[in-house]
Amino acid sequence: MNAQTPLLSGNDLTRHYDITGKRFGEKLSVKALQGVSFQLDKGETLAVVGESGCGKSTLARLITMIESPTAGSFRIGETVVDRDTGKPGKELRAAVQIVFQDPYSSLNPRQKVGTILAEPLLINHPEISRADREKKARDMLALVGLRPEHYDRYPHMFSGGQRQRIAVARALMMNPKVLVLDEPVSALDLSVQAQILNLLVDLQDEFGLAYLFISHDLSVVRHMADRVMVMYLGRPVEYGERDEIFNNPKHPYTKALLSATPVADPEHTKQRLKLEGELPSPINPPAGCAFHPRCPVAIDRCAKERPDLEAVAGRDVSCWRAGESV
Amino acid sequence: MTDTTAVSTANAAPNNQAPVGPWREFWAYFSENKGAVAGLGFFVVLVVVALLADFIAPHDPIEQYREHFLVPPVWVDGGSWDFLLGTDAVGRDILSRLMFGARYSLFIGCIVVSGAAVVGIAIGLFAGYLGGWVDTVAMRVMDILLSYPPLLLALVFVAILGPGLENAIVAIAVIQLPHYVRLTRASVMSERNRDYVTSARVAGAGTLRLVTVTILPNCMAPIIVQAALSFSTAILDAAALGFLGMGAQPPLPEWGTMLAEAREFILRAWWVVTFPGVAILVTVLAINLMGDGLRDALDPKLKRS
Repeated sequence: MNAQTPLLSGNDLTRHYDITGKRFGEKLSVKALQGVSFQLDKGETLAVVGESGCGKSTLARLITMIESPTAGSFRIGETVVDRDTGKPGKELRAAVQIVFQDPYSSLNPRQKVGTILAEPLLINHPEISRADREKKARDMLALVGLRPEHYDRYPHMFSGGQRQRIAVARALMMNPKVLVLDEPVSALDLSVQAQILNLLVDLQDEFGLAYLFISHDLSVVRHMADRVMVMYLGRPVEYGERDEIFNNPKHPYTKALLSATPVADPEHTKQRLKLEGELPSPINPPAGCAFHPRCPVAIDRCAKERPDLEAVAGRDVSCWRAGESV
Repeated sequence: MTDTTAVSTANAAPNNQAPVGPWREFWAYFSENKGAVAGLGFFVVLVVVALLADFIAPHDPIEQYREHFLVPPVWVDGGSWDFLLGTDAVGRDILSRLMFGARYSLFIGCIVVSGAAVVGIAIGLFAGYLGGWVDTVAMRVMDILLSYPPLLLALVFVAILGPGLENAIVAIAVIQLPHYVRLTRASVMSERNRDYVTSARVAGAGTLRLVTVTILPNCMAPIIVQAALSFSTAILDAAALGFLGMGAQPPLPEWGTMLAEAREFILRAWWVVTFPGVAILVTVLAINLMGDGLRDALDPKLKRS
C-alpha cells in the first residue's frame, strides 16, 4: 500500500435518519453524521472522540457496513463503498470487523466460545474443514491470551475482560485489515482496561492492523492514537496528529474536552473550561457553527456562517477564531 | 449473570472446575418447585399408562358388556372387581376407556403444540426480524384470530372442515397460533438489536442464519413455557369440542366425548361423568404446574444469583 492510497478513507460521509414528527406526521431527519472525511493507513490508529450523540457510533456502523451512508463514500483499499454500491461482498465485509463496547451483550449467550470464534469462518469459508476451523479458533484463543480449556465454555462463565478478549478474537478470525473499536474498554475496570489496550497494541504490531478507535476517554486516546478526530454534533471540529491536538488544541470544544480530563496530580491546579448547556438536537442543529451556543469565545459570525475544516498550525480545525490566540 | 455452580452442587465449585451442564442447572431450578415435580411425575405416569394401555387396561375400551350397564365403582354398593371404576350406559369399562383416552389427549396435545409452535415461531421470527409490511400483515391476521372467542372460532373451523378428531386438532392449532407468533415476535424484537446479532451480521451471516441460528435459541425460554401451558389448553379445547359433538366421534374413548355421552346420566350414575372429568382436571392441573416450574427454571429474571 503506497502513500497515495490509504487503507481506509472516508469522503464526506453523511448519515441521516428519517423519523416522523409528533405533529401531523411531519418528516424530520436526525443528522447523525454530516460530512466526515478521514484516512487511515496500515498499522495506524485513528481515534474519534466526542460526547454522547456526536455521531461516533454512527461512523462505526457505516464503516462496518451495518448501514449504508446517506451521502458520501468511503474506500477500503481500491474499493469504493457508497449508498449505490448495494450489498457489499464477503471479501469487503471481512476486511472491516468490529469490537463493541459492552462485552456482555456482544457475545451470543447460547453459543460456546469455540462456536463463536468459528462462526465467521463457517459463514465465509464453508470449504474449510471442521478440524481446521477448530485449530484456527484455538490458535486465536491463545493469541488473545485465553487458555485452551476456555474453548468449550459459555460466555457467562467469563469476566468482562475475558469476554472482551473473546470479542477481539472473533473480530480477528477473518484476518481483517481494519478493526473498528467502538469504546472497547469503557465498560471494563481500569486494571482490565490496561490489559486489553496492551493486547490491542500487541495485535496491531503483529498484524499491521489499522484501528478506528472510538472513545470518549481522552487518557486512553492519548495512549493509543496516532491521529485524533474530535467530533461535535455529527461534524469533525478538529482533526490532526495526536501530539498537536493534545498539546495545543485549537478548537474551543477540544480545549473544553481536554480541560475536563482528570489529572492524577494533587499539585495540579487546572483552569476548567466549563461548557454551559446541553448538546443541541441533531434534528435541528444550530445555524452557523453548531458549537456557537455553548462556545465561550463565540462571535457574531459564528451564528451565521459555518466554518469549514481548515489547516491551522499543523491540523484541521473548523473555527473562525482558530488562528487567533483566544 | 447466572451463577450456575451455587445452586446445583452442594460443594460449590471453584471457578476453574468443569462447567455445570445446562441440564443440571435446569434441573436444579426445576426441582425446587415441588408442585412442578409432582406435575411432572403425574405426567410421566400418564404417558406410561397411555403407551401401555394395550397391556394394562383390564378390558377393551369399546367392548360392550350387555349384562353390566351402569355398574358403579368397586367401593360402592353393587360395584364389581371386574369394573374398578364402573361401566357406562352401554356397559363399557370406564377405567379402560380412560386409559385409552389418555392416548388421544396426549396425542392431541403433542400434535397441536408442535404444529402451532413450528408455524407460529416461523411467522413470529420473520415478522419480528424483518418488520415493515411483513410484520404488519402477519400481526393483523393474528389480531383477527385473537379477536374471536377461541372456542367459537374452533367451532367455526370444525363446522367448515367437518366434525372429527383430525379437524378438531387443526382448528385448535389455528386458534393457538397467534400466541406463539406474538411471543416469538416480541422476543425477536428485543434481541435483534443486541450487539451479538450485529456482530454476526458483520461476520457475514445472512438473514436465515441470523434468525434461526443466532436469535432463535435466545428466544426459546418463553416459547417452551408457552408450549407447556398450551398443551393443557389444547387438551381442554379438544375435550370441549368433543363434548359439543364436534371433536372425536363415538365410540372413540376421548375424554370430552365420554363426558358428552354421559350427560344424561349425571343424576342417576355420577361415576360416568365424574371420572372423565377428574381425568381432564388432574391432567390439565399437572401440566400447568409443570409449566409454572418450567417458567421459573427458564426465566433468568426469576433466578437468584
